[in-house]
Amino acid sequence: MTASPWPEGMSKAIGNRSFVVGLTITGIVAIMAVLSFVWTPYAVGTLDIAGKLKPPSWSHWLGTDHYGRDILSMIMVGSRNSIAVAFVSVAIGLAIGVPLGLWAAARGGWIDELLMRLNDLVFAFPALLSAVMITAVFGPGAINAIIAIGIFNIPVFARVARGAALSLWPREFILGARACGKGAARITIEHVLPNIANLLVVQATIQFSLGILAEAGLSYVGLGSQPPMPSWGRMLFEAQTMIGLAPHMALFPGLAIVITVLGLNLLGDGLRDVLDPRLRRER
Amino acid sequence: MLNYAVKRILIGLATVLAASIVVFAMLEIVPGDPARLMLGMNATEDAVHALQEQMGLNQPLLARYFHWLGGLLTGDLGRSYTYSVPVVDLIVERVAVSLPLALISLVLSTAIALPVALYSASRRGTVADTASMGVAQIGVAIPNFWFALLLVYVFAVTLRLLPAGGFPGWNAGIWQALKALILPSIALALPQAAILARVARSALLDVLGEDYIRTARAKGLSRPGVLYRHALRNALIPILTIVGLQFAFLLAGTIIIENVFYLPGLGRLVFQAITQRDLIVVEGVVMLLVATVILINLVVDLSYAIVDPRLRNRP
Repeated sequence: MTASPWPEGMSKAIGNRSFVVGLTITGIVAIMAVLSFVWTPYAVGTLDIAGKLKPPSWSHWLGTDHYGRDILSMIMVGSRNSIAVAFVSVAIGLAIGVPLGLWAAARGGWIDELLMRLNDLVFAFPALLSAVMITAVFGPGAINAIIAIGIFNIPVFARVARGAALSLWPREFILGARACGKGAARITIEHVLPNIANLLVVQATIQFSLGILAEAGLSYVGLGSQPPMPSWGRMLFEAQTMIGLAPHMALFPGLAIVITVLGLNLLGDGLRDVLDPRLRRER
Repeated sequence: MLNYAVKRILIGLATVLAASIVVFAMLEIVPGDPARLMLGMNATEDAVHALQEQMGLNQPLLARYFHWLGGLLTGDLGRSYTYSVPVVDLIVERVAVSLPLALISLVLSTAIALPVALYSASRRGTVADTASMGVAQIGVAIPNFWFALLLVYVFAVTLRLLPAGGFPGWNAGIWQALKALILPSIALALPQAAILARVARSALLDVLGEDYIRTARAKGLSRPGVLYRHALRNALIPILTIVGLQFAFLLAGTIIIENVFYLPGLGRLVFQAITQRDLIVVEGVVMLLVATVILINLVVDLSYAIVDPRLRNRP
């Protein structure tokens, strides 16, 4: 029972509309972020007070902000920040949550109970609230935003990994492995983990999109990455006071968030259908 | 049922206790001396000593924790350093904004989501179903504070129908106060409604595929009859779970939304407290919010047993 459905999965993936649309959108955002390292229409640091608050035009496709900075360039550079924060916080969740969940499922008993109660404890601190606390103590910044979102991801992955692993443990092929004399750790690595990998990939996509939203929220209230690094959330914060004069300042960074999150969610839905037909939602 | 309830309540209490240790410890690991941090660089030694005295920082760690915990239980969260009033007074004043905001949003999001989900699930695959789920898919991706900005632009700046921000207080009259909460509630509620509609629809579809639904239809029950009497009730557990989770999200969401609309609620209070380094207030508000989330989860768990009689006999 191997878990890699890729060879036959390819054609299924191409036929799945959510997957294709989601992958395309996510790909475009990723390309935009990579491209921003070598090229943006204007340098993000360039101020042009004479050309401030300009609506979209041929020279500035998405207009300029209150300092005359090019909004498209800022959105491109800001995407790096969103992606980096979301990526690292998902990695934290995977790296700590999955082993904990697998351990709880393999051992059961009081360890399982203790780990799940600890999970409940972390769940009681909404990501935003833990971010507020972390900022109150250590000050605002991208690193602290990553830690806050990452801590919230740990119980999510622990729960998914534990639930899926628990449903595998009574199966015949695991019993077979035990009869061969394999220990719990080896069974977990060789048999359980490959079989729940699909589920983890889908959950990672969902948490990635939640991470983008959370990062935007934190930088909007000033707890995320700090100036001069552009971030989508702070662009929206700066747009707020200008909303009557320059609504485009609020429109485009928000659309960037919506499109990115929508792309990731569609990709997650598509991946779920393609990777694990048992989880396919009724449509 | 009683065993189950007692066990859940005990676990809930233990979680609150553990959370109080986490919150207390967070402020203990503040680099340096909390009193000095709160007063800033230019504070005189005397002022620092006085605040240390007031916060009880010269007492041993455990004694301070139990003193704080005792205060929590008796409703004494200490005095705010910046406002010079008891933290409890500040919280009570601010809850009068945040709680109505979260509750209105919860009611609004449920009132939008459930009818949409029922309609969609009963007409699966139709254009109406596809369209409403497409809208929900987009709604899930919308950050509430951005949606709030758009609402302000349309209804406050352009149409001038509703205030763009601020809160006149409940003394200014119910309508005036409610008017200030309309846009914030919609901004919080609609993205949540999109999530709830998707979950509720899929929970309903799972139930509608069951044999007992076919039996109910076969015995002559009408489509709406089946939908309301059998499907909705059986789909309630996943729906309740999400509604409970959403209340926690809404409470946290008020932190951001109150900043968009300059509402004097708990969220604004926390932010002001952070910028003024009033850690006693931060500690109190965070603890209150966390305890509320735990309480809501407990209520949701217990309500499962009311919704699903099979769970009542669970040990």
